[in-house]
Amino acid sequence: MNFDFSEEQNQLREALGRLLDRGYEFGRRKQIIASDAGWSRELWRQLAELGALSFALPEAHGGAGGTAIDTLVVMEALGRRLVVEPYVPAIVLGAGLVARAGSDAQRAHLLTRVASGYHLLALAHDEPDSRYELARVATRARADGAGFVLDGTKTVVLGGSAADTLIVSARTAGEPGDPDGISLFLVDAGAPGVSRLGYQTQDNHRAADVTLGGVRVGGDALLGPAGGGAALVEHAIEHGIAAVCGEALGVMAMLVELTASYVKTRKQFGVPIGSFQALQHRLADMLMRVESARSMTYLLATTVDSADAAARRRTTAAAKAIVSQAGRFVGQGAIQLHGGIGVTDEAPVSHYFKRMTVITMMFGDADHHLARFSDLMERGA
Amino acid sequence: MDLRYTAEEQQFRTEVRGFIDAQLPPDISDKVLRGKHLQREDWLRWHRLLHQRGWSTPNWPTEFGGPGWNAAQQHIFEDECADAGAPPLMPFGIRMVAPVIMAFGSRVQQDRFLPRIRSGDHWWAQGYSEPGSGSDLASLRMRAERRGDAYVCNGQKTWTTLAQYADWIFCLVRTAPDRKPQQGISFLLIDMKTPGVTVRPIYTLDGEAEVNEVWFEDVEVPVDNLVGEENQGWTYAKYLLGHERTGNAGVGNCKRWLKMLKHIATEQKASGRRLIDEPRFRDRIAQVEIELMALDVTMMRVIAMELAKRAPGPEASILKVQGSEIQQTLTELMMHALGPRALPFQPAALEVGYAGPLAGPDYAVPVTGRYLNHRKASIYAGSNEIQRNIIAKHLLGL
Repeated sequence: MNFDFSEEQNQLREALGRLLDRGYEFGRRKQIIASDAGWSRELWRQLAELGALSFALPEAHGGAGGTAIDTLVVMEALGRRLVVEPYVPAIVLGAGLVARAGSDAQRAHLLTRVASGYHLLALAHDEPDSRYELARVATRARADGAGFVLDGTKTVVLGGSAADTLIVSARTAGEPGDPDGISLFLVDAGAPGVSRLGYQTQDNHRAADVTLGGVRVGGDALLGPAGGGAALVEHAIEHGIAAVCGEALGVMAMLVELTASYVKTRKQFGVPIGSFQALQHRLADMLMRVESARSMTYLLATTVDSADAAARRRTTAAAKAIVSQAGRFVGQGAIQLHGGIGVTDEAPVSHYFKRMTVITMMFGDADHHLARFSDLMERGA
Repeated sequence: MDLRYTAEEQQFRTEVRGFIDAQLPPDISDKVLRGKHLQREDWLRWHRLLHQRGWSTPNWPTEFGGPGWNAAQQHIFEDECADAGAPPLMPFGIRMVAPVIMAFGSRVQQDRFLPRIRSGDHWWAQGYSEPGSGSDLASLRMRAERRGDAYVCNGQKTWTTLAQYADWIFCLVRTAPDRKPQQGISFLLIDMKTPGVTVRPIYTLDGEAEVNEVWFEDVEVPVDNLVGEENQGWTYAKYLLGHERTGNAGVGNCKRWLKMLKHIATEQKASGRRLIDEPRFRDRIAQVEIELMALDVTMMRVIAMELAKRAPGPEASILKVQGSEIQQTLTELMMHALGPRALPFQPAALEVGYAGPLAGPDYAVPVTGRYLNHRKASIYAGSNEIQRNIIAKHLLGL
C-alpha cells in the first residue's frame, strides 16, 4: 500500500507546472479562449514535446505505456491552470479508445500523429435523447457493400469542432437502449455528409453538435468488433471520468487556495474576514470535501485499468458521485466566501467555478452516479 | 501508487483472522454483533486472550512489551477485530495514558503501570473534562495542593467513560492557580480506591450509565504518581491528543454497521416489497456507503503518511469529523429503516438472559439506543466545531 508518485510522475508534474506557469498565466489564457479556435495549437505542441500527450499510450506507438495514475498527474496539473486544450476528448477518450480497440493498422495510422500533436480525435457518442445513458444510441450505420453509411445526430461532442477524426458510435443492430448492436467508426471530420455546429461551452472549452447525413465510410473504419461498441464506450467513459476527477483535484485545490488567501487579505470591520469562525468552518468543510474527492480519485485511478468490469463500474460511480458533490460544494463555497468579487469575470475564482460546474455534469452528474451505485448494490434475492 | 495490501500485509491479516476465529469467545462476539450489553468481564476476557498472544497493546513498541506493529498492521488488526465483533479495546490505558507514561513517566512508573495495562489488571479512566471545562480544557479547576509527600486533590471530573469499572484514573489537575491556565496544570495518576474518590453515574438519553461524574474530596495522591514535571501537564496532554490519530474515525465499526443497515433494509418491508428495493431509501444507503469508501481511503492515506514517518497532525481532525458524521448517519439510517418499529424502547432486552417478550424483531432492539447514544460522536474527543477550528488554523493558515 503506497500513495506515492514515482520519480517520473513527479518530474512530469514539475515540467508541466513550469510550462504552464510560463505560458498559461491567467492573462494568456484569456487571450486563448477569446481567439477564434478557442485553444492554442502552440501549447498543444509544447505538451506533445513534453510527452504529456503520449505518456499513457503504448510504447510501440511513441508512448510510454503509462497508466491512469500518469493521466491523473497530467490532469491535476492541467486543472490547476484551467487548461482548455482538448486533452480529455483527444487523448483520454480518443487515443485511449484507439489504443484499446484499434487494429494494428488503425493504431499505426493514428496514434503517433495524435501523440505528436498534429492530429486530433473526439468521441461523438451522446445524442439528443441519451442524457447520460450510454446505450441510448439512435444513430444508424447501414452496411453498404464493404463499407457503411451513417445517419444521425451527435450532441455536445467535446473537442468536436477541432477534431480531425471523429469516433462515431452508431447502431449496426438493435434499438436505442440496447447495449448490443452499437459499433464504433472512425470518421474523417471533413467527409461529405458531416456537418458541425461548433460552440463555446460555459467553461470556455469548445464542443460541437455533429450531424451525419449519409456519410460513407469504408469497412476499415470500423473500430473494434461490430456490435460490441458499448463495452468500449463504457470503458472509455470510465477513463474519462478518472481523468476529469483528477482535473477536479487541481481545480478544487485552486478554489480552496484562492479562497483561503482571499479571506486572509480582505478586511471588514477592521479585521481579515478569515478571522470569522463562520467563514473558517465553511472553508474547513470545503477542504474536507477535497480530501474525500482526492481519496476517491486515487482509488479510481488505481482501478480503472483493471480488467474487472464490475469493480470499475462500482468505483467509477462512487468516485464521480463524491467528486461531483464535492465540486459543487467547493465551487459554490469559494464564490460565496469571495463575496461580490467572486461573481466577476475578472476574478480567476469565477473561471475555476465554471470549469468545476462542467466537470460535475460531465459523463453523468452526482445523482446519476449515485443511482448507478445504488442499483449495483448487492441486496440478496 | 498502489492501494493494494502487500503480500506480507495479507499474510498478517490471515494470521490475525485465524487467531480471532480460534480465540474470540462466541458469547462475546454474539453480544457485540447483536448490540447487547457488554459487562466489564467481557472486555477483560478478550483483553486477556489478546495478552496471552502479545496483542493486547497493538500500538505499543516492543521495548514496552507491545507487538511493535506499524500503522498498517494496527489498522488491519482493528479492521479484523471490528468485523468479527470483538469488543473494542478500551483506549484509556492502552492509547491514552500509556504513551504519556512511556514518553514522560519515570522508570519506576513505567515498570509499575505498563505491564498492568498490558495484562488488563488495571482498568484506566480519563480525568480531563470538568463541568466548566469542555472545549476550553485549559480552564480546568480541580486542585492538587502539595503537602509533604502527597498532593491533596479536590474537585470534579465529568463525562468519565466507564469510571465505574476503573482501577485508576489519570487526571489533569491545577497545581499553580496563580499562573497562566496552561502553565499551572499537572498530570497525576490516581488510584480509584483512594479515600475521597466518589463515582456517580450520569444517565444519558438512551437510559445508559456509560459516563460518570468523579468527585475528589481531600484525596491524597503520593507525589510519586506525578508524571513528568509539575506544571508541565498541558504539554503531556497535547502530546496525548497528537496520539489519537486514526482511532476516532471508527471505520471498522462503520463497515459492520453498514452491513447491519443493509440487513435491516432487507428484512423490513415498504409498499409490499423489501425496503432495500425502494430506490429512495437505497440511495440514502448508497450515499453513506460512498462516503465511507472515501473515508476508508483517506484513513489509508494517513496510515501511509505514518509508515513514511511523516507525522500526520491536523489530518486526524478530518478523520474525526467525517468518521463521526458517518457513524451518526449510519445509526440514524438504521433507525429509519425500522420506521415505526423503531419506537419500542426495551433496554432490558439488551441484557443477556432476557427472556421476556420482544416488541419487534430481535435486531431492532439496540437500534434506537444506538442512535441516541451516538449523538455523542460529534461532541467527544474534541467537538467537531473544535476540529474545524484546528483544520482552519493548521491546514488553511487562518
